[in-house]
Amino acid sequence: MNDEHWQHQFREYGNSSFSDLLRRDSPHLFPSPAAARPPLEQPAAPELVPHGTTVLALRYRDGVIMAGDRQATAGYQVASRRIEKIFKADDLSGVGIAGAAGPAMEMAKLFQTELEHYEKVEGDNLSLDGKANKLGQMIRMNLQAAMMGLAVVPIFAGFDEKAGVGRLFKYDITGGRYEEKDYDAQGSGSKDARDSLKKLWKRDMGRDDALRVTLEALIDAADEDVGTGGPDLVRGIYPTVKTITRSGFGDVADDEVKRVCEAILADRARTGNGG
Amino acid sequence: MPLPYYVSPEQMMKDKAEYARKGISRGRSIVTLEIRDGILLVAENPSTLLHKISEIYDRIAFAGVGKYNEFENLRIAGIRHADIKGYSYSRGDVTAKALANAYSQALGNIFTQDIKPFEVEVLVAEVAEANGSRNEIYHILYDGTIEDEHNYAAMGGQADEIRRFLKDHYRDALPLDEALQLGVRALTVTQNKTLSERDLEVAVLDRTKERRKFRRIPPEALSQLLGTQR
Repeated sequence: MNDEHWQHQFREYGNSSFSDLLRRDSPHLFPSPAAARPPLEQPAAPELVPHGTTVLALRYRDGVIMAGDRQATAGYQVASRRIEKIFKADDLSGVGIAGAAGPAMEMAKLFQTELEHYEKVEGDNLSLDGKANKLGQMIRMNLQAAMMGLAVVPIFAGFDEKAGVGRLFKYDITGGRYEEKDYDAQGSGSKDARDSLKKLWKRDMGRDDALRVTLEALIDAADEDVGTGGPDLVRGIYPTVKTITRSGFGDVADDEVKRVCEAILADRARTGNGG
Repeated sequence: MPLPYYVSPEQMMKDKAEYARKGISRGRSIVTLEIRDGILLVAENPSTLLHKISEIYDRIAFAGVGKYNEFENLRIAGIRHADIKGYSYSRGDVTAKALANAYSQALGNIFTQDIKPFEVEVLVAEVAEANGSRNEIYHILYDGTIEDEHNYAAMGGQADEIRRFLKDHYRDALPLDEALQLGVRALTVTQNKTLSERDLEVAVLDRTKERRKFRRIPPEALSQLLGTQR
């Protein structure tokens, strides 16, 4: 009896996971599949739910670049033109979300809180592998909803302080985690983005080259996939691009993205390349 | 059946308070100062791994003196409270006031209901937004008594002497290095010794930082700020 008491205390104290805490203390806030799940005989209608389309991550000399288009698509409709799909997870990592936008953003938020909570309680950061694993577990918890058409399949990328390199991970709907060496894309335009990256990506690219390759791939995805939004010159909406390096998680300014996008489009108009 | 012998509630509270005070007075002290760019927390703490000062949330820091396991427990409870609140509402809704009240309730309950009171004092500080609102500093005692402090606060063994010293020497809007030097002088006011950067744990809630304002100052930077660099 007494043993049980101290063992409970030990477990309770030694737990620095925010999602465990949430499930225990405030289960109503926990994004559980049971809450998100419609009655079984009535299948979800994924075409009514906004979906994020294309996100990608690639390695370059200083770390990784993550980028995504800005469009959310519901069926054949544009649900939003300005959605953000790349989220800062902590100072040295980020999540790019694809799939059902609502659950995906909720997952990103929970993941951010999870990492920060751990960092504050333990006074230390999780390892990059630890973070990648945790995200995999969260995706697995969403499996039931995924089977109903509300899948969430993020890309996770970050700078591994121990190894001194950028690394990236992709996932499947069951939470399976696969480390990719050089680049990867996720979402409806991912195949086109990957094709593009396959031809353009090179080892040890500098920041400028890597940025150009990133945007080429996103423009290709927008070109070929109806769900993916391209650079919107009229409204001034450009893809989100983030860099993650030894010195942290950084934005690439809209002006710079705009300049590179315009250069790519001008080159294509001039040479007929990519037509 | 033997009767439990009677102790008057008054006597019991007195004994408990004395017990808690004794425990706290054995510990080393912590000084908190409002400075130009935020709030500075300086603790005498020779350990670099077991912290007395820590981050709770974006604009909120925690400091504890007394028994380590007890204030560590309170620290984690605070982080849990803040993270759950920020997750279910928004980050801006997490306030030092709510947290300080929660601490006050917890410590008050422990003091009256448990045989052994917590031998701790804790401090919750929240740095103001840049636009003119005020910093908040709450000081919570072992029995749940809660006070809000202005300009400076001290707790631990020599808190009274330190407060007296700061009353005479505190100035508004000190820059970080001067405030740190003042804080270190305050910590040594009753002792005939000097504190080097190795004996100190220092952190600031830095208003100029993005989102998470809490920043620890590592020993190398400390010696520079103290002007003791060799």
